[in-house]
Amino acid sequence: MNFTEILRTAVFALRGNWLRSVLTSLGVIIGIAAVIVMVSVGQGTQAEIDKLVSGLGSNRLDVMGAGGFGGGGARLAAGSRYTLSEGDADAIRREVPEVQYVAASLRGGTQAVYAENNASTQWQGVQPDWFDINEWKIAGGSSFSPRDYDSAAKSVLLGETVRRELFGDDDAVGQTVRLGRVPFTVVGTLQPKGQGGFGQDQDDLVVVPLETARRRLTGATALPPGAVQQITLGVGRAEDLSYAQDEIGALLRQRHRIQPGEDDDFNVRNIAEVVATRTQTTRLMSLLLGAVAGISLIVGGIGIMNIMLVSVTERIREIGLRMAVGAGPSDVRRQFLAEAMLISLIGGVVGIALGAVGAWLVGRFGSLPVALDGKVIALAAGFSIATGLFFGYYPARKASLLDPIEALRQQ
Amino acid sequence: MNAVVRPATAPVIATRGLRKVYAEGTEAEVVALHDVDLEIAAGEFVAIMGPSGSGKSTLMNLLGCLDTPSAGEYRCEGVDVARLDDEQRARLRLEKIGFVFQGFNLLPRMDALENVAMPLGYANVPRDERLRRASAALTAVGLGQRMHHLPSALSGGQQQRVAIARALINEPSLLLADEPTGALDTRTGEEILALFKQLQRNGHTVVLITHEADVAAHADRTFVMRDGELHPGDPA
Repeated sequence: MNFTEILRTAVFALRGNWLRSVLTSLGVIIGIAAVIVMVSVGQGTQAEIDKLVSGLGSNRLDVMGAGGFGGGGARLAAGSRYTLSEGDADAIRREVPEVQYVAASLRGGTQAVYAENNASTQWQGVQPDWFDINEWKIAGGSSFSPRDYDSAAKSVLLGETVRRELFGDDDAVGQTVRLGRVPFTVVGTLQPKGQGGFGQDQDDLVVVPLETARRRLTGATALPPGAVQQITLGVGRAEDLSYAQDEIGALLRQRHRIQPGEDDDFNVRNIAEVVATRTQTTRLMSLLLGAVAGISLIVGGIGIMNIMLVSVTERIREIGLRMAVGAGPSDVRRQFLAEAMLISLIGGVVGIALGAVGAWLVGRFGSLPVALDGKVIALAAGFSIATGLFFGYYPARKASLLDPIEALRQQ
Repeated sequence: MNAVVRPATAPVIATRGLRKVYAEGTEAEVVALHDVDLEIAAGEFVAIMGPSGSGKSTLMNLLGCLDTPSAGEYRCEGVDVARLDDEQRARLRLEKIGFVFQGFNLLPRMDALENVAMPLGYANVPRDERLRRASAALTAVGLGQRMHHLPSALSGGQQQRVAIARALINEPSLLLADEPTGALDTRTGEEILALFKQLQRNGHTVVLITHEADVAAHADRTFVMRDGELHPGDPA
């Protein structure tokens, strides 16, 4: 029998029991749709994390003030006690040559006001290297001049979200905005970065020179002289990272006069490491999701096998007759295999459509990132074909091995 | 039978020492067929009679290439059947043998035309030609008006005519009929037998298996199976 003939016969046989055929392919539909949605979510999460990692750079270190013990003995969040100082940053710059960039910073919340517009946002008081380490680029105007840093000038750079909220389509550069009650001159705007790896809006910020922040924005909080919340470091070569991490730790312990056995009052974090751990977790999650989806596909396949076995038993006389009139074992095998493949292919096509819609819905209304690409669809199509072949082969072979004499004798 | 003028070609059926043993070598061993020698020439109408259990079904399965002998030789138009594997025997059935069964064995969901055309699918005949030939075969058995009826809408005699048309569709060398009138009333049975005789006149070779003497009486030659042995029967 040629291909069209086999297909025609298979369609005819499946139509004869169409409800059963539909229900059987439903198993594959669900399995394939599950594979598509799960793998899309897994890949989307992975892509987000990859973006995050490349955004951070693999050679970045963060030094935060450690929580330490506050007045009530409760441990405070990292960075909340001002144990770090600009002096620490200078010392690192001076004594750890592996470190290429050093930027001490302060941050806090404020209200930015321009004319009748206002925006609640975060401010960052930074040193010059901060822009390099965090890969911020200037979209309009210019960055701070050395004079801005030295003189604690009331200059500000606006993140895209703040710029849009305050100025809309108007040009912000040269305008004056108020941060809290202090008027600042907008010297430039930052290029947008979009959503961060943890879902936050990275462009919702304003940036001022560190000294300006300390004098004008920290408000009523009495800071120790030269205090900073965070020192961000860029190490020249990624392979020096853990060595630099150790060096900085030793240097700060010495500067902070921490005795052996005492807890550090700071914390050197390698964010790339944290993210790498997260990447592994995500990989594991993707794998688990894929496995669950794969299991449902196997269940669908078993459904096909089950129905095909029933079908072979029911049609044993037909098989006997077809053999008597000249169908060889290979003809019979192909016919039943074609039926199983057709069920799983139809299931595959509908499942891919359903899965694509499902993945889109998850991406649109769920809070999970989704990446649906041709590879996932090709994978699902391959799976559905493999399912039909694998689970259809045994019943088809069983049919082909029937003895026509016995088969014709069946009632 | 020497009076029959033989064509130069090989006989349609030639068996020598044909033997079929079930469960050979065990205590349940049954010798269903004892050294059967049978020769049937093209164009003959032969009946094989015998009570149930006499081995006539076994002989029919062997002659129809559905089974292989335990010993002996069977040549179907010169082809040694014992040497063929399952696929090759299927091919031989497709090309040389047409079966007619007692229970008609039509596929219930296909109309008469599709049933008749079905074997041609395995011969890779294009669909148009298949349907054309099937419609000609149905017309030849007198069912030109009922081509698109499902088997359930046909009488027993009509169903058997469809089955005969199906058996003829590949222009086989041999028409093997196993109790073709067994499920029919006497009058319809007579009509079917008349159809077989007509087919013989048109040059077909017919082997008919039956346990009814008056059915066998239509044949040119009659054999009787008894306990697995084939004996020449009384001339009709």
